[in-house]
Amino acid sequence: MSVGEWTQVLLYVGVLLLCVRPLGAYMAAVYEGDAPRGVRFLAPFERLIYRACGVKAEVEMSWKQYAGAMLLLHVVGFVVLYGLQRLQGMLPLNPAGLGAISPDSSFNTAVSFVTNTNWQGYGGETTMSHLTQMAGLTTQNFLSAAAGMAMLVALIRGFVGRQTASVGNFWVDLTRSTLYILMPLSIVLALVLVWQGVVQTLDPYVTISPARSFFGADGGGVSEQRLALGPAASQIAIKQLGTNGGGFFNANSAHPFENPTPLSNFLQCLAILLIPAALCHTFGRMVRDTRQGWALLAAMTIVFIGFLGVGLWAESRPHPRAAEMGLSTSPVDGPIGNMEGKEVRFGVVNSVLWATATTAASNGSVNSMHDSFTPLGGLVPMVLMQLGEVIFGGVGSGLYGLLLFVLVTVFIAGLMVGRTPEYLGKKIEAFEMQMASIGVLVPCLCVLIGTAIAVMLPGIGASITNPLPHGFSQVLYAFSSAGNNNGSAFAGFGANTPAHNLLLGLAMLLARFWVAIPVLAIAGSLAGKKHVPASSGTLPTHTPLFIALLIGVVLIVGALTFVPALALGPIAEQVEMAGVK
Amino acid sequence: MTTTPQTKVRPLFDWPIVRRALLESVRKLDPRHQVRNPVMFVVLVGAVLTLGLFVHALSGAGEESPTFILGISLWLWFTLLFANFAEAMAEGRGKAQADSLRKARREIMAKRLAAPRRDSVVTATPSPSLRKGDVVLVDAGGFVPLDGEVVVGVASVDESAVTGESAPVIRESGGDRSAVTGGTRVLSDWLIIRITANPGESFIDRMIGLVEGARRQKTPNEIALNILLAAMTIIFLVAVATLLPFSLFTVRALGRGEVVTITVLAALLVCLIPTTIGGLLSAIGIAGMDRMIQANVIALSGRAVEAAGDVDTLLLDKTGTITLGNRQATEFVPAEGVGIEELADAAQLASLADETPEGRSIVVLAKQKYGLRGREVEKIHAQFVPFTAQSRMSGVDMNGISIRKGAADAVQRFVESQQGRFPLAVCEVVERIAKQGGTPLVVATVDAGGKARVLGVIHLKDIVKGGIRERFARLRQMGIKTIMITGDNPLTAASIAAEAGVDDFLAEATPEAKLRLIRENQAGGRLVAMCGDGTNDAPALAQADVAVAMNTGTQAAKEAGNMVDLDSNPTKLIEVVEIGKQLLITRGSLTTFSIANDVSKYFAIIPAAFVNTYPALGTLNVMGLATPRSAILSAVIFNAIIIVFLIPLALRGVQYKPAKASALLSRNLLIYGLGGLIVPFIGIKLIDLLLVAMRLA
Repeated sequence: MSVGEWTQVLLYVGVLLLCVRPLGAYMAAVYEGDAPRGVRFLAPFERLIYRACGVKAEVEMSWKQYAGAMLLLHVVGFVVLYGLQRLQGMLPLNPAGLGAISPDSSFNTAVSFVTNTNWQGYGGETTMSHLTQMAGLTTQNFLSAAAGMAMLVALIRGFVGRQTASVGNFWVDLTRSTLYILMPLSIVLALVLVWQGVVQTLDPYVTISPARSFFGADGGGVSEQRLALGPAASQIAIKQLGTNGGGFFNANSAHPFENPTPLSNFLQCLAILLIPAALCHTFGRMVRDTRQGWALLAAMTIVFIGFLGVGLWAESRPHPRAAEMGLSTSPVDGPIGNMEGKEVRFGVVNSVLWATATTAASNGSVNSMHDSFTPLGGLVPMVLMQLGEVIFGGVGSGLYGLLLFVLVTVFIAGLMVGRTPEYLGKKIEAFEMQMASIGVLVPCLCVLIGTAIAVMLPGIGASITNPLPHGFSQVLYAFSSAGNNNGSAFAGFGANTPAHNLLLGLAMLLARFWVAIPVLAIAGSLAGKKHVPASSGTLPTHTPLFIALLIGVVLIVGALTFVPALALGPIAEQVEMAGVK
Repeated sequence: MTTTPQTKVRPLFDWPIVRRALLESVRKLDPRHQVRNPVMFVVLVGAVLTLGLFVHALSGAGEESPTFILGISLWLWFTLLFANFAEAMAEGRGKAQADSLRKARREIMAKRLAAPRRDSVVTATPSPSLRKGDVVLVDAGGFVPLDGEVVVGVASVDESAVTGESAPVIRESGGDRSAVTGGTRVLSDWLIIRITANPGESFIDRMIGLVEGARRQKTPNEIALNILLAAMTIIFLVAVATLLPFSLFTVRALGRGEVVTITVLAALLVCLIPTTIGGLLSAIGIAGMDRMIQANVIALSGRAVEAAGDVDTLLLDKTGTITLGNRQATEFVPAEGVGIEELADAAQLASLADETPEGRSIVVLAKQKYGLRGREVEKIHAQFVPFTAQSRMSGVDMNGISIRKGAADAVQRFVESQQGRFPLAVCEVVERIAKQGGTPLVVATVDAGGKARVLGVIHLKDIVKGGIRERFARLRQMGIKTIMITGDNPLTAASIAAEAGVDDFLAEATPEAKLRLIRENQAGGRLVAMCGDGTNDAPALAQADVAVAMNTGTQAAKEAGNMVDLDSNPTKLIEVVEIGKQLLITRGSLTTFSIANDVSKYFAIIPAAFVNTYPALGTLNVMGLATPRSAILSAVIFNAIIIVFLIPLALRGVQYKPAKASALLSRNLLIYGLGGLIVPFIGIKLIDLLLVAMRLA
């Protein structure tokens, strides 16, 4: 790697970490109902929303009421989004005249966007009308992200509360997340992206004659090219900030209209991890011990950098066959690593950086095709998803997922120091362990069982576009993505079949709600408990030792669960490739 | 009482216990027993399944060679037997204890009295027919038939059957030493006892039930750990079960290799699920109770043992725990113009007939420091004036002279009523002593002429037990706050608290104040432990989370507590806390060890299972195991044998040294985490070498 490339990585991590404190503090203030002066002008809008929706902002909810409100929001969101897709042919804002979407694909997409997964079994510009993109998908981008953040805040209140039944008000947390955090950041980012050349228009698609002649798939010359346009910038801003990842165009952020310049690439990549990272500090502030937040951020950052390192190492080395054919050196730049499936304007480093960030967070947008990575390079994003999307993870959902692992860690560590485990002064007992176990267990089961059913389906051969073991990796990747609400795809896997749409849709539903509901249950149970004051017999949970143990638990649970499956996919492929030399 | 009492040490492997445990481990294969432990139940299913596969393979159509399947199956059965053996060993040790207790529970022909009087009508009644409320007479040499309370009499009682302590103890009616335990023997004199427990409900019966493990319930942390282990078992079950379709698909799509066999999958599953901790979990719990018993503490529930490890606040009575039972005279401070010999002489005379420990200590001090021999009160024609609540003084009258000693204000009133003067300097001395936490006793005389004179002050002091400061320092290291409870005034209390090194004190404590202190601490989220023996301690004992009643204490105290200390040693609480912590640490450490083991097992089994599909996976065989079969067999054997190796650790408990939580964690992580990662690599390789050497590979 060149000095310039190192600088890009360092700049990325540096800027990200610099943003954590101010944004984290801002979000903590917002959730505590103490919005900073600069955004007080939004307060009347907040009150207006409550009045219009009949929300009684001062009413506190129990965890069950909170979960009920969250489910209600998503059920309504699902119905609306499903309806929009089925009826888009009859609705306005459809300049390309796109017809209704099939029931199974509509189901899959609706589940996908409601659960903050944004798995896309379709190509955006050839499937979705502007109305569906804006009113359906973008709306869910906001709401699913805001719901994740709200549930995190409920869990934090569980730690903070003292013998209370309430975990907050879902509608208030949802509104504040959207109005004070997601909206302002999205508007700013969208404007910058438009400045960088991302399209934002309701005009119809344009037809141009190609600048250079080329041949189509059928071998005939292509004389005209149709360029898809649309309100992309506004959707891309929230797609990145809300860890959604659903692209406007099929090629996602590899598409020049979606991600045209190095600056737009940097900002979009930064936006992926921005809120998940800052929420760690929000957590620290709200539990009145910022060290706890920094410890979690440190754990996430260390794992992130570790995986990034592996990915960069793997991708900076070309496939031996490519090297044989002389495809791995450029006359200008010398050795260029594995460039297959990567945009030349981003190169290896920015592609790997994005791939790591997008799978560490449950974003899933791509600026290169992960399918074309080397086996080890492709294993990195796959494992990051399989860890349960807790290394940054989705907005809100990543941190509450990591907190489940923290509870498991605290439990084992607590036993090892001879005390009933405590975290932030709350005793961790059988009920919390039960819920944390469900939250950790369900995504793993979704991935493994989903993959097992998929490979046994009669038509699987048609969906897999590569020989084994890579073909198996494609299936495993798809279910790792859906089963952890990431949404990124190992390009090339034909997932838009009724069976896959249904299976993947179920995996997304289970993975989202069977983590979210246990998390809320834990919040409710913790809120009702007494606070145990710390003593020197209490295990400190902000020390390097604890951070190391937490990382160990996350990696070991992930590794132990998926190593057998990975052995038949990327690991087999890697050792075979190594054998080629 | 400051030193750790000698505990009854039983060798870890006692042949009769081992023999019984071996038989028990086979009996425990019963599925109804195994189903209580999800981890071991999965092993049982695996063992039965592989046995079925072996029978099928005998017909020649098996998926693997019959010998290999049999090998795997046998070692799965061994895994079960080893785990059962661990549990049976732990139970066996408890049973041995129960047997010795049972000897104490013999049937006795008791002398039932019609009324609680020595001369009442006696009916001979066998002890099982006695009921609560009956009154019995026990003469010297007789056994106490059932638990009861002394209503009349004083006697020395041999309680060694219950406590193991051979020195007899005094039991008398009224006060805090009135409880007697069934099965103990009256050595001298006689007692009239009111029975307080029906046959079968007595203290010994409860102890037998507890040590046998019959009444063992899972403790809260054990339940939580079981949930975690069950969750891990489910994850591994699915991770292994899905390998079958994955392998089928791969072999079908590639058109080469062989589908992984059920035998190999069963072996992989048993290796991955946390059998080490799963197999030893109940043994650890039973052994924890057993360690309590060896420390002569009977915990009335496992929950209490576990709670002991969580204690944040320890309430200790000053008297008898922190200080020696009584105050002692340490110094004579004469008033101006009075010789110290004169003061010592007067003080001794005033105390000759004073049988209180304080009085005796004054006589002793005068003798040791000034060579004044004790005199017979009758010989010197002295008239003893006892202490009364009104005068609040005691002393002697002889030859027209009166000597009085007592609290400063009482003596002052006395002196001034006899036209005497209470010198200012004496006032200052009194104040100084009080400030230091001592008790000042002022000595005054009235001569034949009726003139009163203050001679000086005796300094009475609480003597803090040797070594107690270090014990409190240890507790502080564990994060436990100690609070001293005393009836003294705050000034005295503060001084003793400082000397003993406790963190806090409650002065002028009443039973209500004690109860309030416990409730306040609990409301603050703290877990409170205390020990007590008196009936007035009972409410506080009932409120405390961990309450250790002294065996010498009253029945009410024993009923209110959740542990009974047979040695009646209040500092035993410290051991109780340590045993509680050790119990949790042992579970946590073995869980970590068990999980860490899995890494090496993957390196052994995964390449072996799939090498015929992807030959390149052979490079992951980092241990260089001879053949795929020997690799799988070695991993299974290691997994079974490690349970046997860890039985002593499970029974004895992981070593516990008081330290800060973070220091404990790093130590245990290093040993059981890192150790758990490395040890199986070595173990599996050695077993593989052995298998090759024996031509079994």
